[in-house]
Amino acid sequence: MLRYARLLGVEMRVSLALAAQYRADFVLEGVMSLFWLGWNIVPLMVVFGVRPTIAGWSFNEALIVMGWFTILRSLLEAAINPSLLAVVEHIRKGTLDFVLLKPADAQFLVSTVRFELWPLLGVAGGAVLIGDAFVRLGQAPQALHVAVAAALLLLAALVLYSVWILVISAAFWVVRLDNLAYLFNAIFDAARWPSSVFRGFLRVVFTFVIPLAMMTTYPAEALLGRLRLQAALGAGLGALVFASLARLTWRRAIAHYTSASS
Amino acid sequence: MNRLYTIVRAYPTLLRIGLAEAIAYRAEFIVWMLTTTLPLIMLVVFAAAAREAPIGRFGQADFAAYYLATLIVRQMTGAWVVWELTMEIRQGTLPLKLLRPLHPLIAYSAENLAAIPMRAAIAVPIAVVMLIFTGRAHFTHDPLQLFTFLVALCGAWLLQFAFMSIIGTLGMYIESALAVFDLWMGLFAVLSGYLVPLELFPHWVQKVANVLPFRYMLGFPVELLTGGLTRGGALRQLGLQWAWAGAALLGARALWRAGTRRYEAYGG
Repeated sequence: MLRYARLLGVEMRVSLALAAQYRADFVLEGVMSLFWLGWNIVPLMVVFGVRPTIAGWSFNEALIVMGWFTILRSLLEAAINPSLLAVVEHIRKGTLDFVLLKPADAQFLVSTVRFELWPLLGVAGGAVLIGDAFVRLGQAPQALHVAVAAALLLLAALVLYSVWILVISAAFWVVRLDNLAYLFNAIFDAARWPSSVFRGFLRVVFTFVIPLAMMTTYPAEALLGRLRLQAALGAGLGALVFASLARLTWRRAIAHYTSASS
Repeated sequence: MNRLYTIVRAYPTLLRIGLAEAIAYRAEFIVWMLTTTLPLIMLVVFAAAAREAPIGRFGQADFAAYYLATLIVRQMTGAWVVWELTMEIRQGTLPLKLLRPLHPLIAYSAENLAAIPMRAAIAVPIAVVMLIFTGRAHFTHDPLQLFTFLVALCGAWLLQFAFMSIIGTLGMYIESALAVFDLWMGLFAVLSGYLVPLELFPHWVQKVANVLPFRYMLGFPVELLTGGLTRGGALRQLGLQWAWAGAALLGARALWRAGTRRYEAYGG
C-alpha cells in the first residue's frame, strides 16, 4: 500500500514537471480554466432568466447541481482523461507491453500516468458555486448532509473512473476508441442539469445505465436535505457493482491483449 | 491558370478518396457524429422550461424545431481540419502534403467535404422525424428562404472550414493551437445560437452576435429554416455571411503563406 502511495507521488511529480516545461501553454491553460468556470453558467442563467423554477428546481438549487458537475468534471479532466487517453495510444502502438512488464498493478499504473494540474481550479470553482448558492438561499447545509454529499462525491468519482476503465477495456478489442471518450464527455454534459428535467426513457438511462443522476443531482439533493435514504443506499450499491464490473472487465481485457507487434 | 486546372482535375478524385475513407472508418465516423448530443440535451431542458407557457415566441414545438434544425445544420457543416492540421504539424507529416502540386488546404477541404454524404445519411432521417413530430407549421414555406437556406448552409460550411484552417495553421506559430480552438468553440457555443436561441438573449448580446462570424456558422441557417427571419433581413445577412467567409478564406491563405515560410518540420 505504502509502495503504491509513493509511486503515486512520483507520477504526480513527473506530470507537474512535464506541464511546467511548456510555460506559455501552462499559463494559457490556467487562464482558460478560469474563463470556462464563468462561461459554463451562461446557459443556466438564460434558462432561469425566463422561468423561476424548472422541473421543481430553482436557480439557486440548480446552481448547486452545476457546482457538483463542475467539481466532477474537473476531477475527470485532471486525473482520469489524460491517463486513459495515453493508454489508448499505448494499445495502438503496442507499447503497453512496457507497462505490463513493470512490477506493479497494471490498472494502477495505467490510471496514474498523467495528471493535469489546472482543472483542479474547477474543484475550487465548483465549491464556490455551491457556497454562493447556499448564501443566496439563506440557509446552511447540516453537517450530516454534507457528510452524505461528500460520500456521494467519492462514489461518483468511482463510477466515473469505472466507466472509463470499461471504455479502455473496449479499446483492447476495437483499438481506435479515443472518440468513444469524446462521446462519453458529450453524454456526461447532461449531468449539469438536475435529473428531474429528463423524463421517460432518458430518465431511466441517466439513472441506471449511465448513472448521471447519482453523480450530480443526488449530492445536491443531499446538501439540500431532500435526498431519500433508499436513493443514497441504492447509489452506493450501484457504484460498488459498477466498480467491480469494471475491474473484472479490465482483467479479462488484459488477458485478451496480444500486443500490436505479435 | 495552370494551378486552377490542376485543382479542377484533382478534386473529383480527392472527393472519391475522402468518401472511401469515411466509409472505411464508418464505426468511428458514426461515434463522432453521435457526440453531437448538446442540441438534444438543450431541447429537453427548454422543453421542461416551456412546459406550462411559451418562452418569448418559443413553445415546446418551436424549441423542438429549433434544436432539431440545429442538429441538422451542425451535422451538415461539420469539418475537422483543425485536428488534422495540428496533428500533422506536430508529428511532422505535413511536408508530405507540401510536396504535392496542390495546396494542402484544398486537399483537406476535399477530405472534409467528402464526408457530407455520410453526414446527410444521418441528418435526413432527423429532418423527416422533425417534420412528422413538430409539423410543417414550424418551418418556413417561402421558397426563396428555403433556397437561401441552402446557400447559407454552404456559406456556413465555408466559414467553419476557413476558421478551422486559420486556427490549425496557428499550429505553425504556437504549440497550443488546440487550446485556442477550445476557446473558439466556447465562444461559438454561446454566440452562434447553438446552446440557446439568440433571440432569448438580451438585445445587446444579439447585436454583438449579429456582427461576429459565429452566428453565420449556425444560428443564421437555423433561423432561416425555422422561419425566424424576414426576406429582406435574410438576404442582407446572407451577404454578411459570404463577406465573412471570403475574408476568412483570404485570412487563412495569408496565414498559411507566412506560416510555411517559417515552418520547419519536426524530425524532418
